[in-house]
Amino acid sequence: MTTTTTGTRSTAKGATGTAHTRVEGRDKVTGAARYAGEIPFADLAHGWLVVSTVARGRIRSIDTAPVLAQPGVLAVLHHENAPRVETDYVGMLGVPDPTCAVFQHDRVPHLGWPVALVVAETSEQAREAAETLVVHYEQESHDVEFSSARPDAYPADGYMPAVAEKGDLEAELVASDAIVDEEYTTPEEHHGMMEPHAATALWDGGRLEVVDSNQGATWVVGELAKMFSLDPASVRVRSEHVGGGFGSKGVRAHQVAAVMAATVLHRPVRVVMTRRQMFSLTGYRSPTAQRVRLGADADGRLRALEHRSLNLTSTVHEFIESAAGPARVMYDADAHHTANRVVRLDVPTPTYMRAPGEAPGSFALESALDELAEKCGLDPIELRLRNEPERGPVSGLPFSSRNLPACFREGARRFGWADRDPRPGLRREGRWLLGTGTAAASFGAGAGPSTAVATAEPDGTFTVRIAAADIGTGARTALTLIAADALEVSPDRVRVRIGDSDFGPAMIAGGSMGTRSWGWAVMTAATELRGRLALGADIPPEGITVRSDTTAAVGALARKERHSFGAQFAEVAVDVTTGEVRVRRMLGIFAAGRIVNPLTARSQLIGGMIWGISMALHEEAIRDRATGGLYGADLAGYHVATHADVPFVEADWVDDPDPDDPVGIKGIGEIGIVGAAAAVANAVWHATGVRHRNLPIRPDRVLQALPREPHA
Amino acid sequence: MDPASPALSTYSAITLNINGEKHTLSADHRTTLLDALRERLDMTGTKKGCDQGQCGACTVLLDGRRAVACLQLAVAAEGREITTIEGVAEGEELHPVQQAFLDLDGYQCGYCTPGQICSAIAVIEEHAAGWPSAVTDDVRPEAGPPPLTADEIRERMSGNLCRCGAYVSIVRAVARAAETAASTEERRAARSGGSAPAADDKDKGAAA
Repeated sequence: MTTTTTGTRSTAKGATGTAHTRVEGRDKVTGAARYAGEIPFADLAHGWLVVSTVARGRIRSIDTAPVLAQPGVLAVLHHENAPRVETDYVGMLGVPDPTCAVFQHDRVPHLGWPVALVVAETSEQAREAAETLVVHYEQESHDVEFSSARPDAYPADGYMPAVAEKGDLEAELVASDAIVDEEYTTPEEHHGMMEPHAATALWDGGRLEVVDSNQGATWVVGELAKMFSLDPASVRVRSEHVGGGFGSKGVRAHQVAAVMAATVLHRPVRVVMTRRQMFSLTGYRSPTAQRVRLGADADGRLRALEHRSLNLTSTVHEFIESAAGPARVMYDADAHHTANRVVRLDVPTPTYMRAPGEAPGSFALESALDELAEKCGLDPIELRLRNEPERGPVSGLPFSSRNLPACFREGARRFGWADRDPRPGLRREGRWLLGTGTAAASFGAGAGPSTAVATAEPDGTFTVRIAAADIGTGARTALTLIAADALEVSPDRVRVRIGDSDFGPAMIAGGSMGTRSWGWAVMTAATELRGRLALGADIPPEGITVRSDTTAAVGALARKERHSFGAQFAEVAVDVTTGEVRVRRMLGIFAAGRIVNPLTARSQLIGGMIWGISMALHEEAIRDRATGGLYGADLAGYHVATHADVPFVEADWVDDPDPDDPVGIKGIGEIGIVGAAAAVANAVWHATGVRHRNLPIRPDRVLQALPREPHA
Repeated sequence: MDPASPALSTYSAITLNINGEKHTLSADHRTTLLDALRERLDMTGTKKGCDQGQCGACTVLLDGRRAVACLQLAVAAEGREITTIEGVAEGEELHPVQQAFLDLDGYQCGYCTPGQICSAIAVIEEHAAGWPSAVTDDVRPEAGPPPLTADEIRERMSGNLCRCGAYVSIVRAVARAAETAASTEERRAARSGGSAPAADDKDKGAAA
């Protein structure tokens, strides 16, 4: 049967809210957990992608014969022989990125574009064949130069309206006592999850089976079914363990290529991307150029707020990094103008990356707030508290809850903020200059429709099935706790199975919405099941099963400004001789809904904050104008924070249950990174007296900006 | 299928000693130890993150020392004692490092975890043997093992990337496991006059 919920709050006390180690933890620490590329298949063939070596042009010819003559090589798929796929459709997250619809034409729109798949008996044979495959191109000139001055930039909506304007900006700026008018930039950044994209495709009894690493089996089934013109019921996608996603693991070239090869060869084919291929085929965060103008009264009240952001996208797909979005939530002003614009270049398509929009947007906005606090002679926290809006600054809607002041109060107390001397450049410890900084954070709290199946087994245990994805979030464990509480049993009697599209449609692990959306469906099914069992019926051998579907309940949510909030604090040390910035400690206090599992939630929030350290100081993919490709497209050339970069980082939260969610969840996947880079940058200013408005804050940038020292 | 064919000279029959067991296989000379483990022997606990020696996900122990399996050819691993994540527990009893990772949530997605754990096991042994690191203050051989501070652990573990950012918990887990190892060692060798180095999360109180 199918039930829907009215969204009543649970009063159950039990497993949720207390620390539980991950239910799959033992498998992960023993190596028993199998990820997508690790499931054995009889008669498996190995596919290896070949990507373009030019940034723009067309494929003139491909010399397949020498490669086909190599030992073990089974096929070379390319634009002249690959199955045709459909791309004219709207999927779960919009129109597809044509980069995924591989081998459909001879055009090359960027460097690293997939041009062929070599399939062989072993991975060594496939790799050697792929690396020796000669592709002839007709090369055309390319343009990969991103700058704020691009005349061909245009406003674009993405997942929010491109432009929102109220009030007379110029008039309010003129009337302001303090003005900030600055440009901020963030570089191209990559997800860099540790598990490369991998998929195995096979046809089994008329059904397409794909074992994959993704953030949503329902999503991938939908896309593959549309691309290959299949009934979605005849496609099954499984993804039990996922080695990180961060927005990058949706439908990508490797799954589509694997399905094509399995179709042509009538045997299972696995395609695993190389680390280098991931840098051009799996999305990334676009660089941004942002201009922020703030005008305030002498007491810090904002009269004018303008935030304009520009990002790049490919020539084949429009993706908007909505960095001007956070301003629409965070602060009101008499004149409030925000706009997201985009420019199309001969580059790979960017995509969602942890806190899309908010991560780069909060860097610019929260840096500008810090600059305004300095100009107004106000404490940065006090400035923010004075600008707490009553309602959504652009929408006019009420907030479901907004506990940002509580985060700042608690954070300031624990960080020791009250003792801070606001003047920059004063604290010195040997060759180190010391400083502290803060910034605010917000991220949308949403839910998507999901279905779940809860079964009471004859042996007294329970099985919950949902097409959720645990990409490291702890979702599997959180759902176990939620189900246990709804069933009023201990968690060890509940088995949660996830990552299988046959369990029914469910939300993706994305937008900080996964656990909330799935938890809602699991809670609904489990609550209904408990009600059925309370009637005292005997459990038949096949068990008693209840299904839930939250589509109606989620759709009935009243329109409100729904967000998590947070306050970030950082202390840095800046080496005046080398320009190196070291984060010494970091504290984040969040108002992010009910915390289901404090152990894993803390890990996730801290992980986000570490992304912020990495974003502030390390990450930068540099595109070479001459070739159109990246310098050092690997984990040595693209440095993400490692152990030695990360100090003691602490995350905690204030009580903030979402009144409209049956479990009280808001979602915590992204809020941890938001504002974190700004807190670090603001601390660098406090240490040195120099503003860094371009990320990352590299040693060379620090050194060049520091005043010359006579005895450094 | 077995790709080995007598006609091809690019294959060799090799015997690998993995977790105390001998495995004989016909290996393509191009096959890395990592691919031999994952694709030929179905031992997928050792992870492939970059295949370039940059991430540490494929860390195994070769004759007790850390090595990235992606930069080691399988044919060159003959005669070495190879320990993978599948071989560090004692039957059902987890290795103290595994247990600490599990208890303290020293991971998220779990993909870098086997490499982190193998690395940590070696770090604790390297430290106990008196090996200094780049952050060791006193590197004189007679100084003995430095205190295994959080900074020492961070430095020694920096070859293992974790994109989920589980570093804070990993450092705690390594410290706890080192304490366990030290106290076990003390019990075993009570005659030893030296005291075991204390794990010290010295900056833990910084935010208080």
